[in-house]
Amino acid sequence: MIYREAGQFKTSYLEDGQIFPIRQDRIAVALLLLIAFVVIPLAATPYFFSAILIPFLILSLAALGLNILTGYAGQLSLGTAAFMAVGAFASYNFMLRVEGMPVLLAFVLGGICAAAVGIVFGLPSLRIRGFYLAASTLATQFFVVWCLTKVPWFTNYSSSGVITAQQVEILGFTFDTPARKYLLVLSIVCLLALAAKNMVRSTVGRSWMAVRDMDVAAEVIGFRLMRTKLTAFAVSSFYCGVAGALYAYCYLGTVEPEAYNLDLSFRILFMIIIGGVGSILGSFLGAGFIVLLPILLSFIVHATGLPNQVTSNLELMVFGALIIFFLIVEPHGLARLWQIGKEKLRLWPFPH
Amino acid sequence: MQFFFEVLIAGLLSGVMYALVALGFVLIFKASGVFNFAQGAMVFLAALTVAGLKDEFGLSLWAAIPVAMVVMIALGFLTERVVLRPLVNQHDITLFMATIGLTFFLEGLAQLVWGSNVRKLELGIEDVPFEAIMESTGMLVSQFDVVAALICGALVAVLALIFNKTKIGRALRAVADDHQAALSVGIPLQHVWGVVWAVAGIVALVAGLLWGARNGVQFALTFVALKALPVLILGGFTSVPGAIVGGLIIGASEKLAEVFIGPYVGGGIEGWFPYVLALVFLLVRPEGLFGEKIIRRI
Repeated sequence: MIYREAGQFKTSYLEDGQIFPIRQDRIAVALLLLIAFVVIPLAATPYFFSAILIPFLILSLAALGLNILTGYAGQLSLGTAAFMAVGAFASYNFMLRVEGMPVLLAFVLGGICAAAVGIVFGLPSLRIRGFYLAASTLATQFFVVWCLTKVPWFTNYSSSGVITAQQVEILGFTFDTPARKYLLVLSIVCLLALAAKNMVRSTVGRSWMAVRDMDVAAEVIGFRLMRTKLTAFAVSSFYCGVAGALYAYCYLGTVEPEAYNLDLSFRILFMIIIGGVGSILGSFLGAGFIVLLPILLSFIVHATGLPNQVTSNLELMVFGALIIFFLIVEPHGLARLWQIGKEKLRLWPFPH
Repeated sequence: MQFFFEVLIAGLLSGVMYALVALGFVLIFKASGVFNFAQGAMVFLAALTVAGLKDEFGLSLWAAIPVAMVVMIALGFLTERVVLRPLVNQHDITLFMATIGLTFFLEGLAQLVWGSNVRKLELGIEDVPFEAIMESTGMLVSQFDVVAALICGALVAVLALIFNKTKIGRALRAVADDHQAALSVGIPLQHVWGVVWAVAGIVALVAGLLWGARNGVQFALTFVALKALPVLILGGFTSVPGAIVGGLIIGASEKLAEVFIGPYVGGGIEGWFPYVLALVFLLVRPEGLFGEKIIRRI
């Protein structure tokens, strides 16, 4: 009843090409943004910001980056955290070594450095496919973290290899409280998500999908494989790099290269699989799921009053089992469930 | 020069241990096309089960191993029934994720049952250099490594025999060749997959015993799986000899690189060198040394 597009006619190409063609969707998104930008900053507690919302948004951004590469361009990667590390440490060094560097520019430059690294490590994708590629992206992961640990210049010769992110200040306004950091992260994530949505709807996104579906066929009909795959690597790494910089500047504060370990890469991969491969919305749903699940689990498991040793292992088991369960129930991820729900709502109250 | 050979031999012998883990991967990938990330967790679980049975229930080593074997076989069939069967015909990446989920589950399970302390595992083989070799050439060659290599060789020989001479082995090869064709001549696909997972479990048990005896049974055993990945991409995902040769190459080059190149760049390159080596190698042969050539048609 409520969710129906009957009577909404499109009379121009501009209207036909909107991101949200259905009015109800537009209203829902506007409401969501209103809540995210106005209601939550007024209502939420600092714990809520720094333990749930900020990591959720940052990891969504990283998942979005990986989804561009894996979901849209079809190149499986296990090195996401390495690109995040490059972004974070590049931003740190730009801030440190360039006098009066604006922090937003440092984030962008960090992203660009990550993109450059992404292009270098994306080169093998021209020859290698599938799981061979996935296993070789692990080279990125181990090499980058090793490099950041071993070359003291990157960490400004700090003896423990830990860097402390500088204060985030834009035009004299300091982002120091969790609520302010949240707003900064939220704005960046919204902008980049919008850009990603538009990218996948346009020529470049279509060429990624063509390569994903079958690269030989795509090459035959005239897509340049090298350019397409490398842009996918570059754009994806840029997103991951910015996410990594935000992870250091707005979430952790002090970071060591080991924070960007293989575990983080896997968590981000989980997000896109659970959320939905090849879906922008899926990146956010997946990130929400993976961020919230351990918190919920630890609440529930701790309520049982078992010793600590048991609960942490039980958590691991339940986490693993839930992932298998979700894959069996809906292999296409939460985004697909959402889509099915929307279809059903459209026809409601009729079954077909 | 003598030092070079010493490092080389140590590398080759440790390569055998990598090959042992890679072997489990290959078996499963060949038969079911599943990239089984849980192999490392299986190694951990198997080793911890043996060590736990010995410590907690006072079983002797020779009593504990069969029990652990039964556990691994049961686990193999259970995995097929609970995880793989509902996911038949899904994307490779979905199956891969499911095995990562399985990894978490097994790691949690193993530590829940047996606790997360480091346990010692004595196999009765001492980790001392061979005296005869030391006297004649002056090189240090660990007795333990040689025995491990022999066990690994025996295991590969037994597997080759089973694969080539028995009925179930023929069924396994048929399934590996073509799922649909195997089904259409009446080979029970799901049963075969269960068997393959069980065999991979036994291989994991052997690997777990050897690795556990060497490094102690601890959580770090699960990272052994990561060591096996470059071996796999170098040797090819579908080839048993590839796993062995790949293991030897990776083991030897990794040790040599660490000893001879490592000091110039700050050391610790063992972590990534095998991957970079495998990556460079793949640029020349995208399907590894012995992997099946991938032919893509439109």
